[in-house]
Amino acid sequence: MSHTDTMTALETGQLPQVSATHNPEPRNPGIPLDMDWVMRARANRSAIERRAATLPGRRSVKKEHQAAWLARAISCIDLTTLSGDDTPGRVLRLCTKARNPVRADILDTLGLPNLTTGAVCVYHDMIGDAVRALDGTGIPVAAVSTGFPAGLSPFHLRIAEIEESVKAGAEEIDIVISRRLVLRGDWQGLYDEMVAFRKACGPAHVKAILATGELGTLQNVARASLVCMMAGADFIKTSTGKESVNATLPVSLVMIRAIRDFYDRTGFRVGYKPAGGISKAKDAVTYLALIKEELGDRWLRPDLFRFGASSLLGDIERQLEHHVTGAYSASWRHPIG
Amino acid sequence: MTVKDIFETMDYGAAPEAAGDALAWITDQGARFGCFIDGAFAAPVETFETKSPATGEVLAEITQATQADVDAAVNAARRAQGKWARLGGKGRARYLYALARLLQKHARLLAVLETMDNGKPIREARDIDVPLAQRHFYHHAGMAQLMDAELPGREALGVCGQIIPWNFPLLMLAWKVAPALAMGNTVVLKPAEWTSLTALCFADLCRQAGLPKGVVNIVTGDGAVGEMIVASDVDKIAFTGSTEVGRKIRAATAGRGIPLTLELGGKSPYIVFEDADIDSAVEGLVDAIWFNGGQVCCAGSRLLVQEGISEAFHAKLRARMDKLRIGNPLDKSIDVGAIVDPEQKNRIAALVDASDGVIHRAACAVPDGCYYPPTLITGLSTASPLMQEEVFGPVLVSTTFRTPAEAAEVANNTRYGLAASVWSENINTALDVAPKLAAGVVWVNGTNMFDAAAPFGGVRESGFGREGGWEGLQAYTKPVAKPKALKPVAALKGEDAEPQPVDRTAKLYIGGKQARPDGGYARNIFDKRGRLIGQAPIANRKDVRNAVEAARAAKGWAGASAHNRAQILYYIAENLAARADEFAARIDLTTGGSKGAAEVEAAISRLFTYGAWADKFDGRVAQAPMRGLAVALREPCGVIAALCPDAFPLLGLVSCMAPAIAMGNRTVLVASEPFPLVATDFYQVLETSDVPAGVVNILTGAASELAPTLASHVDIEAVWSFCGADVAQTIEAGAAGNLKRTWTERTARDWMGDVGEGREFLEAATEVKTVWVPYGA
Repeated sequence: MSHTDTMTALETGQLPQVSATHNPEPRNPGIPLDMDWVMRARANRSAIERRAATLPGRRSVKKEHQAAWLARAISCIDLTTLSGDDTPGRVLRLCTKARNPVRADILDTLGLPNLTTGAVCVYHDMIGDAVRALDGTGIPVAAVSTGFPAGLSPFHLRIAEIEESVKAGAEEIDIVISRRLVLRGDWQGLYDEMVAFRKACGPAHVKAILATGELGTLQNVARASLVCMMAGADFIKTSTGKESVNATLPVSLVMIRAIRDFYDRTGFRVGYKPAGGISKAKDAVTYLALIKEELGDRWLRPDLFRFGASSLLGDIERQLEHHVTGAYSASWRHPIG
Repeated sequence: MTVKDIFETMDYGAAPEAAGDALAWITDQGARFGCFIDGAFAAPVETFETKSPATGEVLAEITQATQADVDAAVNAARRAQGKWARLGGKGRARYLYALARLLQKHARLLAVLETMDNGKPIREARDIDVPLAQRHFYHHAGMAQLMDAELPGREALGVCGQIIPWNFPLLMLAWKVAPALAMGNTVVLKPAEWTSLTALCFADLCRQAGLPKGVVNIVTGDGAVGEMIVASDVDKIAFTGSTEVGRKIRAATAGRGIPLTLELGGKSPYIVFEDADIDSAVEGLVDAIWFNGGQVCCAGSRLLVQEGISEAFHAKLRARMDKLRIGNPLDKSIDVGAIVDPEQKNRIAALVDASDGVIHRAACAVPDGCYYPPTLITGLSTASPLMQEEVFGPVLVSTTFRTPAEAAEVANNTRYGLAASVWSENINTALDVAPKLAAGVVWVNGTNMFDAAAPFGGVRESGFGREGGWEGLQAYTKPVAKPKALKPVAALKGEDAEPQPVDRTAKLYIGGKQARPDGGYARNIFDKRGRLIGQAPIANRKDVRNAVEAARAAKGWAGASAHNRAQILYYIAENLAARADEFAARIDLTTGGSKGAAEVEAAISRLFTYGAWADKFDGRVAQAPMRGLAVALREPCGVIAALCPDAFPLLGLVSCMAPAIAMGNRTVLVASEPFPLVATDFYQVLETSDVPAGVVNILTGAASELAPTLASHVDIEAVWSFCGADVAQTIEAGAAGNLKRTWTERTARDWMGDVGEGREFLEAATEVKTVWVPYGA
């Protein structure tokens, strides 16, 4: 990450960007396409669903631990607005929320006064407003790109869009892959596309959105995950939030197991971002437990894990207030984002 | 730790389930429990402590039942049974439904009690044991409702003695009690001494449900109480537990004429092919061997990995093991709880310490006390003791294989046959291997899946009988019949040795060939007037050995198509019909009767019946609540030995042979002892009917001489006997050795009538194997 804050994570109660300065995670440079590895990837849906279905019953965090985990979830949120009616005013409000995700009195009680979200995620035209609104906070701006959400605009324009967004100040680029390459088994084509996107991103980190809801099978998800990592993705991400099915636990399990395999074979840690459909605090805890179990604690940091979410934060705020006061909360007691 | 600290460490922390309500329930009951007999708790007299294995704390005092208690329980059950059966299926359905509802209403109490008493993680008790127990009562409430319409001609057995183990106390109670009650039986149940609390809580629920007095009786105590139940005047024994105790029960009940269901130990294989979803197969092992700390009869405790992926697989497995959380079973974030008792823990430790393999104990933190770490032992061969012996703890042993055929061979290289898992993404591989495994349950790409609608049970020394589904009801019903006493049939006597025109030498029929008896002795056979009509060979134990070897070698028969088997049966009928007059005359001559023609006609019809059945005794797809198929297959038992009835020398033999071979078994038939010469004529019919060598083997001689050898022969899967009580006793006592299935009839059967054929025979000739195939693209 490009940010250069010198405070420790403990002091700020936040920030991958900070810890990355001290112990920066080397970027995944990618490896040559290994078709043998890709074709050996298997995903048994029933077994995966069974694991996903039983996980919430296997792990539970209570009281202080629950509050801490929810705070951790906030630090990993890509607070997002991706609407046709976005305006500078709307983006400014969102960025303010990213800087102050929870009411200050609650954060003070938790001992995490400087907690922020992991990033703000917007369309290209909103990058400038967001960068200005977040100036000095260390919170990066992520931009969706490459003809988001369908990814069907001319290839050279998709490349150009990435370059424009980086130029405009986006430190993270969320690209969408061409689903048709996966559906037609054109793994070389997917690899080449991803390599080009990564190259266009330059210093900005690239998150590869697989649009898993449109890939048909979990085996395709596993293979697409591997190919994108081989092509140099810094993160792999489930979905645009615009498909009919977005992030699910089974899909997440397939993708993070691919990340684990990639790390075991190459030594490079690739990040994971489930996006869309995660709106409850309890779900966030389950996702964090899934990551902790399958990938390990190192991935429970914003440089390797993000939630793509817009309404999740509101539910977490209510839970945190309940933790602090013992009384159940109401949404109107928390500033909207 | 502060929130700020945890924000960095991201530890789970403690998430204990509250024990207060369960402890309050125990206190409310006085913390001292008497037996539940005739609808009421008796006053506790002599008691022992039941402890929480996780903490060692005493939970309650439990009664050590006396002989008088067991007698009172059996008597109460006896008094209640007639009225309970006469209530009718629909009446009983209401009670079972009420019990299911009560189990649901008190689900949390039962789960916490179970965890405290047994040491299993609260997640398992809460999410698996208790819901499955409820499901069993709901399912069998339905069975009770449908019994009168769907099971005509079946009725309750009477009073059932039921003895259950400590690993799934409430669930095993449900598996035993629900089908018994549904079918109109009453029960005397003994929970394991270490884990009686949920059974006593269930007794309380029986009261709340208004269950008639005496229908359910719970007696508590150690193995001595179990022995008392076995010895008492009950009509059925159902036991789940160790093979060792199962064997004792088999021996103790031999000759009593009561049906037995035994669900015993296992060393179930967990087979991983190179094309499996490896991560899912690794995760599956968590559910296979670390479920309930491996204290599961069907635990996937024997890992077989295809050689090419074994190193990578073991590396992933070790990494997964190291992340397991072991500790306080009431904590909601615990994967592995306490071992049920220090005695069991010491046993596990001793077995592992004696192993010659490479031992990996999970790197997870293990609390002090009655805990044992998840353990993987690699580098073992099939000869290693731990590849064969059941550990009943969180210990997985591993070896490798090269091909699907070798996987099946190694998997079946065991005395047990309870369950198996097969992992492959190739449907051809998975569905090829599943039927080849000697197991009552096979899970494809999964493990430890259970449901009330899907039969569960084992083969070999894992026991016999099924629990669950329609098949499971066989174990709690019998045909409605008024049995008549079996009259002994004596051989005709004579001394007159008239020379025959041309001497015909009757032989044994072994492996498709006529064979002289090993002993070289024969017995004179006379007609009614005392004239010598021939000699019948006297088979001895070596002839039995040879016949079983021939039958074992004819393994292709099991793989022949049902259509093909039907064709052979029809062909036998055709050739018998061509010689009908000759056989009728022979029967009349040898028995001194006059109904030979009718018997031949009945035998031909019987062959037609089983020709008809060969391709129609279907398996079933059970309605288990999952996306997938749970298929209850009807597989041949293997080698069936039958001691055929004396009275009908042709029809009796055919009535045993035909259903057995129709279902794909190979047979060793002991012909009618007084009238053996019809059977020795019959092999000529077989010889001309394309029956493959070894599928039917015929011995003549004394049933009482051959029975012990047949019963103790470990390469015979089942023995049938229609030769009276003495032979039945011999068979059942001898069968305790390898725990083979037995069907021993002490009473007279109307072989000429409808009851001489049909489903009862087909069920005896088949094993139910439930193959679970979850699917999903």
